[in-house]
Amino acid sequence: MSRLQSILALGALLFAVLTLLLPMGNFGGVPVATWTSIPALIFLAATLAAIGAFRLRAPTPATGLLAAAGCALLIGWVEPMQGALAGFWALLVLTWLLCWLFAEQLSADIRRGRVNDGFVGWLVPVAFGVAVLIAWEAITRGANVPQVLLPAPSMIWARLTASVPTLAADFVQTFKAVIVGFTLGCGAGFVVAILVDRSPFLKRGLLPIGNFVSALPIIGIAPIMVMWFGFDWPSKAAVVVAMTFFPMLVNTVAGLNASSSIERDLMRTYAANYWETLLKLRLPAAGPFIFNALKINSTLALIGAIVAEFFGTPIVGMGFRISTEVGKLNIDLVWAEIAVAAVAGSAFYGVIALIERAVTFWHPSIRGGRT
Amino acid sequence: MRGLMGGKTVPVLIVLLAIVLFWYVMAVVMNAPWQNTLNGRANLTDVPLTEFALQTFTQDKPVLPAPHQVIGAIWTGLFGSAITAPRSLAFHAGITLGATLLGFGLGTLLGVLLAVVIVHNNASDRSLMPWIIASQTVPILAIAPMVVVGLGAVGVTGMIPKALISMYLSFFPVVVGMVKGLRTPEQIQLDLMRTYNASPLQIFLKLRWPASVPILFASMKVGIAISLIGAVVGELSNNAGGGLGVRLLTGSYNGQTIQIWAALFIAAALAAILVILVGWGERLANRRMGVRA
Repeated sequence: MSRLQSILALGALLFAVLTLLLPMGNFGGVPVATWTSIPALIFLAATLAAIGAFRLRAPTPATGLLAAAGCALLIGWVEPMQGALAGFWALLVLTWLLCWLFAEQLSADIRRGRVNDGFVGWLVPVAFGVAVLIAWEAITRGANVPQVLLPAPSMIWARLTASVPTLAADFVQTFKAVIVGFTLGCGAGFVVAILVDRSPFLKRGLLPIGNFVSALPIIGIAPIMVMWFGFDWPSKAAVVVAMTFFPMLVNTVAGLNASSSIERDLMRTYAANYWETLLKLRLPAAGPFIFNALKINSTLALIGAIVAEFFGTPIVGMGFRISTEVGKLNIDLVWAEIAVAAVAGSAFYGVIALIERAVTFWHPSIRGGRT
Repeated sequence: MRGLMGGKTVPVLIVLLAIVLFWYVMAVVMNAPWQNTLNGRANLTDVPLTEFALQTFTQDKPVLPAPHQVIGAIWTGLFGSAITAPRSLAFHAGITLGATLLGFGLGTLLGVLLAVVIVHNNASDRSLMPWIIASQTVPILAIAPMVVVGLGAVGVTGMIPKALISMYLSFFPVVVGMVKGLRTPEQIQLDLMRTYNASPLQIFLKLRWPASVPILFASMKVGIAISLIGAVVGELSNNAGGGLGVRLLTGSYNGQTIQIWAALFIAAALAAILVILVGWGERLANRRMGVRA
């Protein structure tokens, strides 16, 4: 029981009392007090009882349940309410305190080995994500934040489900460029790295330049590529090629140097020629570096394709949709598009990470069970 | 000679030279169709190759401007007009630089603060870190137009929205690097601090912070490069404000390829200077910390 947990529990008690006393919000033009709502009374009583009865040491599952109930109440209220009053904000603070307390208790339990780190370990970040979403929803709707600034998650979700065909078409258009550009860029970087590897002179000449170019805002070539390759997806693929080439080149060259000289000497005692050494020793040893580049590039490729679409596209594509709908102030559709991009980007990254686990299974970072 | 070839300078110079030569050849090849059309209209036939090549280097809106055209545009852009004039490239570079530095400063500060919290509190480590890592897989730059327009709708314009995008981009590498850096002290060193009866603040100031400085600078190098990208992309959504991104955008609307290339090179030079400056800071700090490079 740390001091922080006691402070959080005390804060929760204080805000539970505040929520009970203060008016909740305007329903149909009339301010409504919290204590007229039966679920709220039950929730607040349970909170006071749980924290009070255990002398600020409510068991972890009880805190978790209370936090979940607080979230449910917030969502239930914000729907029919016209304007939030002090009690609603007190409830929001209370719910966040409960969530925080839950996270503190749970991680303390994990540290002491009281619960298993597998599934429960995931519960903490998931709870945090849910708490952020709930606060987002409660604040945007409760305080009537202008939709132009930040739409509520429920609005974004409604927009997402309502415009699936548009989003799907945009996704296909942009991902054509991403996949083609990613494959060509990474492939070219890899091949050039293998070629350069045979010449120490070129290696010394190209590597500093490659490192330098990796730090430059390559994305700026997008307007040039649009002029050269037209409005459709090939120009976006060209931007992606330029963005992914150098990270791949630099990482592969570094990876090919990763095998130690004693290992190379061993290959020589086996009378292995250059290609055998490359295939059986140096490329596998370069695996972690190559996959590092692939992971960096998966994000870069998406960014490149989307930003390149700001410079002109046929009337479809994620970047096109984002820039035009922003102009029309349809911010909820923009967020829906970003949600799609986020899920797609994470999935792309996840697939590469899974392949990495399968290919470089021998690497200590994977044998240790962490990625 | 051998010593020269063994170093890095000569190979780099030769590769650069090869790139410039290749560029000139490509400029001739890519500008040739339009030059042929022009010559056809002017009834010029049998232009000798050298003259034809020179013609392709002097087009007004070439498909690929020759390097000397770009350098000329940069020169007149930087020194051809007063530094406050909207024609001046230095003026636009200054706008972008301001947003970049403000965003980078805020992002680094936020990143360090978050890393300190994460290292000292187990619960926030567990709840924040997975999201911070996951957010790196997301194409964050896509939100840039929304930030600019959204904040513009409530009256916040100019440098602030761009700086926010830069901040958002640059704080990730700093958080991830600093969490690693603040955790570099080993258990035995932490135990030693405990035998000295050091408070958490003293442990932080005298052990964790010095141990993390090298990683902080490495992350800042990544951070400042992407801050600049964030500022440039932020400018794409607001072409009234000025900046290198606006030069790119207007150049692309008007087909002014030389202007695009000039803006691109200035942006690249800016990125290089900023990264080198952070690198100097790194060397200085490492020397003061007694790190042998």
